[in-house]
Amino acid sequence: MHLNKIKVRFLPNFTVILSALFLLSPEILHAAWGLNMTPGATPISNEVYNMHMTSLYVVTAIGIAVFSVMFWSIFHHRKSKGAKPAKFSHSTTVEVIWTIIPFAIIVSLAIPATKLLAKMDDTSKSEITIKATGYQWKWKYDYINEDVTIYSNMASDSVDASQMNSGIDPNTADNYLRNTDTALVLPVGKKIRILTTANDVIHAWWVPDLGWQRDAIPGFINDNWTMINKVGVYRGQCAQICGKGHGYMPIVVKAVPEKEYQAWIEQTKVALNSKNSDSNKDFTLAELKAKGEGVYKANCLACHQANGQGIKGVFPAIDGSPLANLKENIPAHIHQVIYGKGIMPAFGEQLSDSDIASVVTFVRNNWGNKTGHVIQPKDVLAARKK
Amino acid sequence: MSTIAHADHDHHDHKPTGIKRWLFSTNHKDIGTMYLVFSLIMFFVGGSMAMIIRAELFQPGLQFVDPQFYNSMVTVHALVMIFGAVMPAGVGLANWMIPIMIGAPDMALPRMNNMSFWIMPFAFALLLGTLFMEGGGPASGWTMYPPLVLQTGKAFPYLIFAVHFLGISSIMGSINIIATVFNMRAPGMTLMRLPLFVWTWVITAFLLIASMPVLAGAVTMLLTDKYFGTSFFNAAGGGDPVLFQHIFWFFGHPEVYILALPAFGIISQIIPTFARKPLFGYASMVYATASIAILSFFVWGHHMFTVGLPITGELFFMYMTMLIAVPTGVKVFNWVATMWKGAMTFEAPMLFSIAFVILFTIGGFSGLMLGITPVDFQYHNTYFVVAHFHYVLLTGAVFALMASVYYWIPKWTGNMYDEKLAKIHFWLSTIFANILFFPQHFLGLAGMPRRIPDYSVQFTDFNMISSLGGFGYGISQLLFVYIVIKCVLGGKKATSQVWEGGRGLEWTLSSPPPYHSFTTPPKVTKTLMDY
Repeated sequence: MHLNKIKVRFLPNFTVILSALFLLSPEILHAAWGLNMTPGATPISNEVYNMHMTSLYVVTAIGIAVFSVMFWSIFHHRKSKGAKPAKFSHSTTVEVIWTIIPFAIIVSLAIPATKLLAKMDDTSKSEITIKATGYQWKWKYDYINEDVTIYSNMASDSVDASQMNSGIDPNTADNYLRNTDTALVLPVGKKIRILTTANDVIHAWWVPDLGWQRDAIPGFINDNWTMINKVGVYRGQCAQICGKGHGYMPIVVKAVPEKEYQAWIEQTKVALNSKNSDSNKDFTLAELKAKGEGVYKANCLACHQANGQGIKGVFPAIDGSPLANLKENIPAHIHQVIYGKGIMPAFGEQLSDSDIASVVTFVRNNWGNKTGHVIQPKDVLAARKK
Repeated sequence: MSTIAHADHDHHDHKPTGIKRWLFSTNHKDIGTMYLVFSLIMFFVGGSMAMIIRAELFQPGLQFVDPQFYNSMVTVHALVMIFGAVMPAGVGLANWMIPIMIGAPDMALPRMNNMSFWIMPFAFALLLGTLFMEGGGPASGWTMYPPLVLQTGKAFPYLIFAVHFLGISSIMGSINIIATVFNMRAPGMTLMRLPLFVWTWVITAFLLIASMPVLAGAVTMLLTDKYFGTSFFNAAGGGDPVLFQHIFWFFGHPEVYILALPAFGIISQIIPTFARKPLFGYASMVYATASIAILSFFVWGHHMFTVGLPITGELFFMYMTMLIAVPTGVKVFNWVATMWKGAMTFEAPMLFSIAFVILFTIGGFSGLMLGITPVDFQYHNTYFVVAHFHYVLLTGAVFALMASVYYWIPKWTGNMYDEKLAKIHFWLSTIFANILFFPQHFLGLAGMPRRIPDYSVQFTDFNMISSLGGFGYGISQLLFVYIVIKCVLGGKKATSQVWEGGRGLEWTLSSPPPYHSFTTPPKVTKTLMDY
């Protein structure tokens, strides 16, 4: 079954590879294969692309020059052609020349690079400030001055398809591993300052179309900026190894016209304010389980696994654990989800009362855990007040 | 009295037999052999981890290993290849060749030599053992950045002590090399008559002594942060996670040259031999090597362009990094000028050396591009970087090591290797290594980060090509083992000189050399590298 899958996917791809190699048409290669850096969607990303191309042309030219001389020598100065070895062993003149020329080339690259770096470094006069905080493994975005905070998890179809031998073809997931449940919405044509920091370990925030990446370091705040010109959706992901879920923390930037951005901000504020509106409502076990499954997938599954077994020695199992089974541990269970423990992050801030109630109910009534315990949002609300 | 002892020593070429010969060995040739065999084993251990990585990346989705194990493969592959394969191979060559290249009877500190080798199997037992522990091996990347590395489970102290042991081993090896070269040269073997391989190793040894203690300090601070409540790298306790990166890369960049400089030395021995012409610009080669070594202590920040250094710092590191291209360029030009108007033949060592010059230079080109800070913000932590350092380390350092084995194995064993098979090994290695690593440039530019177990579907095709190249490269290396074993067991007898263009003291000894060689130092009256 498994081998078949490889074969089926492999053969058509291999045909494509071979035909592409024979055709070697630059346009085809560029379109289908993503051979080169993106010029991106901002003036800076475009300048970065140009600088990249300049340096690529320079090194290619040097390479062609040096290797041509070498291959000429390899073909002509060989013993089998009766070559007699020369005796020379140094020449101060050529040695000086080939020290000075590379130096000059380097200076000519360093000057525009310095100018570009200074431009990228200048975050002054920005109109909007966003703080991106890396978590294991999601991004949190604070719209400073707007009092809007959103969390951005990987979209659930990607989560499903990315499980070990999921049987789901990644091609069927929408932008596999590069799609989120909530996008970072930004207006076009405005200078936006993006601060990066982290909550647990070092991450790196990178959207290639914006032209840069920057580390997100706990205890540090890094300062960056962008100005997006084109309306569109730009995708990226965490670039610094940050543990097991490093490959699963996508970034989606949605660039929209100013008006649409304002509308989105207002709408999101309303949604955030009503986040805990159902805290006093009671739900049935089935309702809580259904909701809890989605919350589990977005927040818990990366460590505790789809089967609730965790990873021995790293992430504890929930299935069969006393914390998730014994009735007297319900308060401790809720407390741990709200405030975290050890490397387990605190979810109190990012999840609503009903989210926490439903996910706790879900894990207490799933796999081998058949406790029948029902935790209501008001229990969570009470635990928060303690 | 001493005369008698000396004469007595000269007489019998006796050696201990059985396991004792190897366990208690103080003979530079035996220890060199052990280093080389150990490094070949580690090359396959690290290589099989690379095969697991490439198998998982063959297509999108998770098929074989879970992400935590994938991360530990990425981490341990790097540690094994750097500290277990390339460095010990370099030390093994130094052990075997330096005494017979400078006309010394043995290394200066033979007992320490034994210890510096025998520490290594224990260090790797500690490191590789973690893979079988609950929670698995270290999975933070070989760079061990906190706070992530502090999340390592039971493997953590094993990782730290393995690194400590490897550091101690390297420092002892380096002290030995420096002591040997400065005290035991044959009369007339002046510093500027030293073969370039010896020069590059002396400089490498100084790099090791200067950088290894820094690494030891960094990992010790990790240890105390984890177990003794310190906060060197914990921002919440007043520490600084970026401090670790500064310390680590202050070691880490010289480490890159620790892997590369002996390779430069090997190539500088081989190209003149097969061009039948003296090395072009010997003095400038020595100065270029020294310049690279000194500059390597001033470029560590280029590994950290994205951590948010002040712009002045980024500019300083960008300029220094680009500057390294000048002495490195000088070396490449000198190698090409050595070939120029020579009378070349293309035996396996020469083929590997030519491939080294081309492919290492390609790695140098991408290195120059990576050194341009504003553009590095797009290359950083992508497969472009993976391609870059595998070009300089695999088609660079490892190709030079392969060249050196073919070059010197007739001297070591007394038998010629199978030239036809060696050429097949060369072509398979070169073709597959390029299929393996060249597409990774494209993956990086297209935006694929490194150290991820699974990827977005637009990266599928190049990953498939890369994996196929990887499997091909891995399988081809079995041929290398076969060639080496075949050569050890027999083959056409090698002459003392082995190669028509062989120059230097090592080619004046019989093949294989006597167990104790140059017990009476040879007299050197002029450069030995004339043609």
